[in-house]
Amino acid sequence: MPTTPSSQNPSESPETRGGGEDTVPRESTEDRVPLHRRKAAKVDRLAELMGERSDDGHGAGVWREAFRRMSRSPMAISGAVIVAVFLLVALFSPLIAPYSPTSQAWGGEVFPNRNEFVGPRAENWLGLDHLGRDMFSRMVIGARQTLMVGVVATLVGFLFGALLGGTAGACSVLGGRWGRQVDNVIMRVIDMMLALPTLLLAVTVAALVGPSLTTVMLAVGIAQVPIFARLLRGAMISQGNREYVLAARALGVRGHKIAISHILPNSMGPVIVQSTLTLATAIIDAAALSYLGLGNPDASFPEWGTMLSEAQRFLSTAPSLAVYPALGIIITALGFTLMGESLREALDPKLRN
Amino acid sequence: MLRFIVRRLLQLIPTLGGLSILLFVWLQRLPGGPEYALLPDDATAEQREALRRSLGLDQPFTVQYLSFLRRIAQGDLGTSLQTGRPVLDEFFLRFPATFELAVSAMIIAVTIGLPLGYLAARRRGTALDFAAVGGSLLGICTPVFFLAFILKVIFAERLGMFPSAFRLSPGLSRTDITGFVVLDGLMTREWDVVWDALAHLVLPGLALASIPLAVITRMTRASVLEVMGEDYVRTADAKGLRRNTVRTRHVLRNALLPVVTAVGLLAGSLFAGAVLTESVFAFPGIGSFVYAATQERDYPVLTGFILLIATMYVFINLLVDISYSLLDPRVRAQ
Repeated sequence: MPTTPSSQNPSESPETRGGGEDTVPRESTEDRVPLHRRKAAKVDRLAELMGERSDDGHGAGVWREAFRRMSRSPMAISGAVIVAVFLLVALFSPLIAPYSPTSQAWGGEVFPNRNEFVGPRAENWLGLDHLGRDMFSRMVIGARQTLMVGVVATLVGFLFGALLGGTAGACSVLGGRWGRQVDNVIMRVIDMMLALPTLLLAVTVAALVGPSLTTVMLAVGIAQVPIFARLLRGAMISQGNREYVLAARALGVRGHKIAISHILPNSMGPVIVQSTLTLATAIIDAAALSYLGLGNPDASFPEWGTMLSEAQRFLSTAPSLAVYPALGIIITALGFTLMGESLREALDPKLRN
Repeated sequence: MLRFIVRRLLQLIPTLGGLSILLFVWLQRLPGGPEYALLPDDATAEQREALRRSLGLDQPFTVQYLSFLRRIAQGDLGTSLQTGRPVLDEFFLRFPATFELAVSAMIIAVTIGLPLGYLAARRRGTALDFAAVGGSLLGICTPVFFLAFILKVIFAERLGMFPSAFRLSPGLSRTDITGFVVLDGLMTREWDVVWDALAHLVLPGLALASIPLAVITRMTRASVLEVMGEDYVRTADAKGLRRNTVRTRHVLRNALLPVVTAVGLLAGSLFAGAVLTESVFAFPGIGSFVYAATQERDYPVLTGFILLIATMYVFINLLVDISYSLLDPRVRAQ
C-alpha cells in the first residue's frame, strides 16, 4: 500500500511534462466505481490521494509541496486574493463601514413606490437601499454576516460529518468484523443521505423549524454532512493500513487512542480541502434559502443572501440593489471555489504538469 | 444481463426501505414536527394534542411508520393545505410543464456543454479553454434564482425578446391532449402554439440549464483530457490513423461515457432546481407549486416532493447503472 516517494517525485517521465496533458493512466478507484457515482467517487479519490501522499518523505511535506505549486497557479492566486479581501472586510467591517447599516438616515430621499432611488454619490458610495440605508455600509457589515453563515454551516457539516465518518472509519479499521458491520450500516445511511438533493433537505429543515438565520445555517450545514462523512471515512481507512498503525497496535496502544491521536490527525487533509469548497456552497445555498423565504425574517440586519432576496422586488426599477449583494456572493463563492479546486489539484499528483 | 438487472432490482429494496425510514424519521421527528407546521403559532396545548391524535402521532413509532408506508404504497401523499386536493394529483397536473422545462434545460446544457468542453480540452491553455473553465466556475457560483431574475429583466422586460411568464400567451387557444403543450401542438399541427410554448421555455430553460451546463462542460473537458492521454490514443496516432478518426472513434467515444451518465443524474436534480426557476417566471409547474408550499408551510406537499425526488433519484440511478453495464462489461462482472 505505501507508495514509494520516488514514483511521484517532480522529475517524472518526460512525456508527462512534454505533452502538457494529464497523461498518467488512471487505475484509481474512480475507474472501478460505476461512473454514475462520480460525486461519491470524487470524494473518495480525494480521500485516497491525501492518504497516499502524507508519508512522502521527500524533503518538503505534502502541504509545502502543494503550496509551492499553488503559488504558481493563477487560479489559486486569484482565489486567495478574493478570499483574503473578503476576510479582511468581514473582520474589520465595523471599522470600514462609514455608517450604521440599520439606520434609515436618508429615508426621506427614497420612494420605492414612485421608483425614486438614490444611486452612488460622494457620501454613499454605492447609493441607498429601498429604505434609505447606506448600501456600502450594508455590504461591508453584510460580508461579516455572510462569512458567519458560511463558517457556521461548514462547521455543522464538518462536525456531524466527522463524527459519523470518523466512527465509521475507526470501526472499519480497528473494530474487526463487527466494526466493519457498523461501518457498513453507517455508510448505507450516508449514501442514502447523499441521494437526497442538498437544497431540498435544507428547505424541509427550514420549512419545519421556521425561518431564521440559525435555521439556514443548520439546514445548509446538515446537507453537507454526508460529504464530510464519506471523505473522512475514506481517508481514515486509507491511513488505517499504514505501518505506523500496525506499529501502534503491536505496541498495545488502545484502539480509540490509535483512532483519535494517530489516524485522525493524519486524515484531516482532504476534509480541510472540502471545507474550502463547502464554504462557497454554503453561501450560495444560504442565498437560495433566503430567496425561498426561509432566511432571516428580520431583514434589517444585513446578510447578502437576505439582501439579495429582498432586492428582487426592485430588480426592474433599481437593479443595483440586487446586483451588489449578488456580485458579493458570486465573487466570494468564486474565490473559495478557486482556492479549493486548485488546492485539490495541487495535492493530486495525477494532475501535475 | 438479466441476472444483473434482477440483482440491481433486489438491491433497491433495502435502499428504498432505508430511504423511507430516513425520510420518515427526518420529517416526523424534527423539532416542532408537523403539528407546529399545521397549526398557527398561538395554538393551545389541547389543540396540539387533538391534532396529534387525529394525525396518529400519539401511536407507537412502528405503527406510524407502517401506516406511512401503506399510505405511500397506495399513492396517498396527503392533501395539500393550499388547494385541499391530494398532493399526488397536484403533482400529476403540473408534471408536464416541469418535464418540458427540464427537457429544454437539458437540451440547452448538452448542446452547448459537450462541444464547449470538447473544444476546451482540445485547445487546452488557450483563451477558449480559459473562458470555458472560468465560465463554468462562474455558472456554479451564481445563485440560480438571481440568474433567472437577470435573464427575465434583460431579455423579457428590457428587450422584450421573450415572454416573461407562464407557459403560453394568454388568449391562445389550444387543444389539450396530453398536457404537454409542445407535444400537443405538434400533434394537432397548431404551429403557433408550438412556437409560443417554445418561446416561453427559453428563459426559464436557460436559467435552469446554468448548473448542468457548467457541470457538463467541466466534465467533458476533464474526461477528454484524460482519454487523450491514454496509451491507446497514442497507439492509434502512432499507427497513422487519421486525426479525425482518432478523435471520434477513440477519444470522443470513450470520453463521453462518464458524461452521458452524469447527464442522467443531472436530469434528476433539474426537478429540484425547478423550484428556484419556475417561481421567477410564474411557470405553472411543480417547482412553482413547491415554492408556494415553502411560503405557506404546506407540509404534505414538501414531504411528497422530497419523496418524489428521492424515489426518482434512486430509479434514475438504477437506469444509469443498467445502461452503463450495457456499455461497459466490467461493471456487470462486479
